[in-house]
Amino acid sequence: MKKLLKNDHLKIYSYMLKIRRFEERSSQLYGMGQIGGFCHLYIGQEAVVVGVLMTIKKNDSVVTTYRDHGHMIARGLELKRIMSELTGRVDGYSSGKGGSMHMFSKENNFYGGHGIVGAQVPIGTGIAFTHKYNGDKNICRTYIGDGAMNNGQVFEAFNLAALWKLPVLYIIENNKYGMGTAVDRAAAGSDLYKRGEAFGIKGEIVDGMNVYSVIKAAFKAGEFVRSGKGPYILEVQTYRYRGHSMSDPAKYRTKKELEEYKNSDPIEIVKEEIIKNKIASKIELEKINKKIIEEVKSAADFALKSNFPSSEELYTDVYL
Amino acid sequence: MSIEILMPALSPTMTEGNLTKWLVKEGQEVKAGDVIAEIETDKATMEVEAVDEGFVEKLLFNEGDNNIPVNKPIALISGKRAPQSSKKHIKKENSKKTKRVEIIEPHQNQNKIAETEIAVDKEQITMRQAIRDTIAEEMRKDKKVFILGEEVAEYQGAYKVTQGLLEEFGDKRVIDTPISEQGFTGLAIGAAFKGLTPIVEFMTFNFSMQAIDQIINSAAKTLYMSGGQINCPIVFRGPNGAASQVAAQHSQDFSSWYSHVPGLKVVAPSTPLNAKGLLRSAIRDPNPVIFLENEILYGLKGEVSSDNNFKIPFGKANIARKGTDTTIVTYSIMLQKSLEAAKVLKNEFDLDVEVIDLQSLRPIDSDTIINSVKKTNRIITVEESWPFSSIGSEIVNIVQKNAFDYLDAPIIKVNSADVPMPYSSELEKLYLPQIEDIVKAVKEVNYI
Repeated sequence: MKKLLKNDHLKIYSYMLKIRRFEERSSQLYGMGQIGGFCHLYIGQEAVVVGVLMTIKKNDSVVTTYRDHGHMIARGLELKRIMSELTGRVDGYSSGKGGSMHMFSKENNFYGGHGIVGAQVPIGTGIAFTHKYNGDKNICRTYIGDGAMNNGQVFEAFNLAALWKLPVLYIIENNKYGMGTAVDRAAAGSDLYKRGEAFGIKGEIVDGMNVYSVIKAAFKAGEFVRSGKGPYILEVQTYRYRGHSMSDPAKYRTKKELEEYKNSDPIEIVKEEIIKNKIASKIELEKINKKIIEEVKSAADFALKSNFPSSEELYTDVYL
Repeated sequence: MSIEILMPALSPTMTEGNLTKWLVKEGQEVKAGDVIAEIETDKATMEVEAVDEGFVEKLLFNEGDNNIPVNKPIALISGKRAPQSSKKHIKKENSKKTKRVEIIEPHQNQNKIAETEIAVDKEQITMRQAIRDTIAEEMRKDKKVFILGEEVAEYQGAYKVTQGLLEEFGDKRVIDTPISEQGFTGLAIGAAFKGLTPIVEFMTFNFSMQAIDQIINSAAKTLYMSGGQINCPIVFRGPNGAASQVAAQHSQDFSSWYSHVPGLKVVAPSTPLNAKGLLRSAIRDPNPVIFLENEILYGLKGEVSSDNNFKIPFGKANIARKGTDTTIVTYSIMLQKSLEAAKVLKNEFDLDVEVIDLQSLRPIDSDTIINSVKKTNRIITVEESWPFSSIGSEIVNIVQKNAFDYLDAPIIKVNSADVPMPYSSELEKLYLPQIEDIVKAVKEVNYI
């Protein structure tokens, strides 16, 4: 793994902050009735997807769950088009037909955004199958929530991936709760990274609040998968600050628990690292913050000015 | 006294078998459990064991003899060692056009030889062969096409549809899966999103229910949910509907289940010809296609087009029989029964029915149905599925909306009984629409 340079540190900081600010704005727009339906925020989990982002190659594929805003931002997609999708506008990545949970960008090898818990796992495995079939040396990173780790198709996919040595990296984002059910109340044997062992899939546990730990583990795991040795599992321990979705008051956990996690906030960790090592000054970082706030605000403004899909759009894109 | 060894029924739908190999000679001693022959069934090549002890008195068929009916004696075993008999009674002549097989009828005088003629017209192939050939032709043309499913490779297909594909295309493109429908269906859908063209074989469509979330929520909806970015060029195929005495969980017609879903196309071939034409269209279609085969039809022979680009477009019905008195709309295996009923109706009641074979269920060819009703003024639907919310129900809607004033009688739907499929053969017969049911319905709309 290459040593991180100043630009890398700033990239990490910027992307994590961008996700945080974007989600805060999404929350606000949801409250204003501009975003409807289900909306699952990524606040608190930013280190996971940004850490992985630092190890990804352009032609690698990504597939994830419905908590997907951060994954799209980390894939370098445009904030204004993501926000347009959340607000159901025609300029959204899915022309307003997918919404928060179902966003895609084929040109950026981002294959969703899937609303059914666990369904993205066989799909990601199939995308990896294609990489192998085509012999292109790319890999597919498939994100899985802790809740999906009790879903049968996940294990069917693990079996197939191991059997056929598919280049797929499974990244379990363990944010401690599947909706309102704590992991240890849902999973018998809560070490999720061990759940590939029966198939011979190696796994490891990673501190998902620390982006540098994520980068290190994701790099190593990515190289393993790319070398043709088959799948690999990372269980990244993280925490979502908000409820499962916007309508969740999160009464199943204590305020104290939340505060404890906030004390080891992933963005603060990066900030401290940067300042401690004199990579950038507080002032520089604040400048970045301001710039991002502006960027997110203009994305929201763009989205709210964007048109709703026309009535003809109702009947398009059913068949190619 | 001799004991007859009969051609065994080795699968629920087997009606005849081919004698591929004798493993015993005349005069040889056999014990119960000894393998005496290899028989090729409609599904596989199986070994036949002797159930009694004794000496092989006579082998009644030659190796290579085909189409021997189930329950026909194939060998005689006697308790005593018999003198080695010569095989001069069994003669076999081959010609290019026809194959003459001489069969000894053991119940009659052993010297009397019965003769049957089996046509081996090169243009006539089975539905199984038609499907297999089309898959192979498309795989030759396009390297992105591959097939996966349970037993498709080394076993050569649970119903022998994929026979020989592994040998020709290798295990990269002909892939055995574990019994893991949701997993391999989701995997294939992911591969289709990424640009390949998978053909997913369900051993039967009954098992597709294990994967129906992936088919509907992922394959059918992603083009829409992605604003037109990600299409899913995939074919889900396999036998659908009742076979023979496999009972409730293995005998179900999924035509209306899948036809309900926007984003899916659904076709149901009834002949080798339209199986080829529709399957080629399915493989080349950029959308997910449900291709509903029928196990009982796999052995149906018919002419096919030798054109490697022959396609039947979706949404186009075929008028299988022209007529003026009543329209029968049907598809898949019920086409055959409807045509039989049409003969009865002509002979006994002088009614000329028009039989429309839908071929494609979604999109459906409304125009052909409506135009026919405008001519006949009477219509019934015939299908194997349950009656509630069936394809027939949709046709009733199409007709009442577009040809209401042309109807001289209420529409009758002929369906299976509205119960799970029973096991017992007598009940099974009652459950399924029969020729008499079709005749009765046509008479009813003609007030006969």
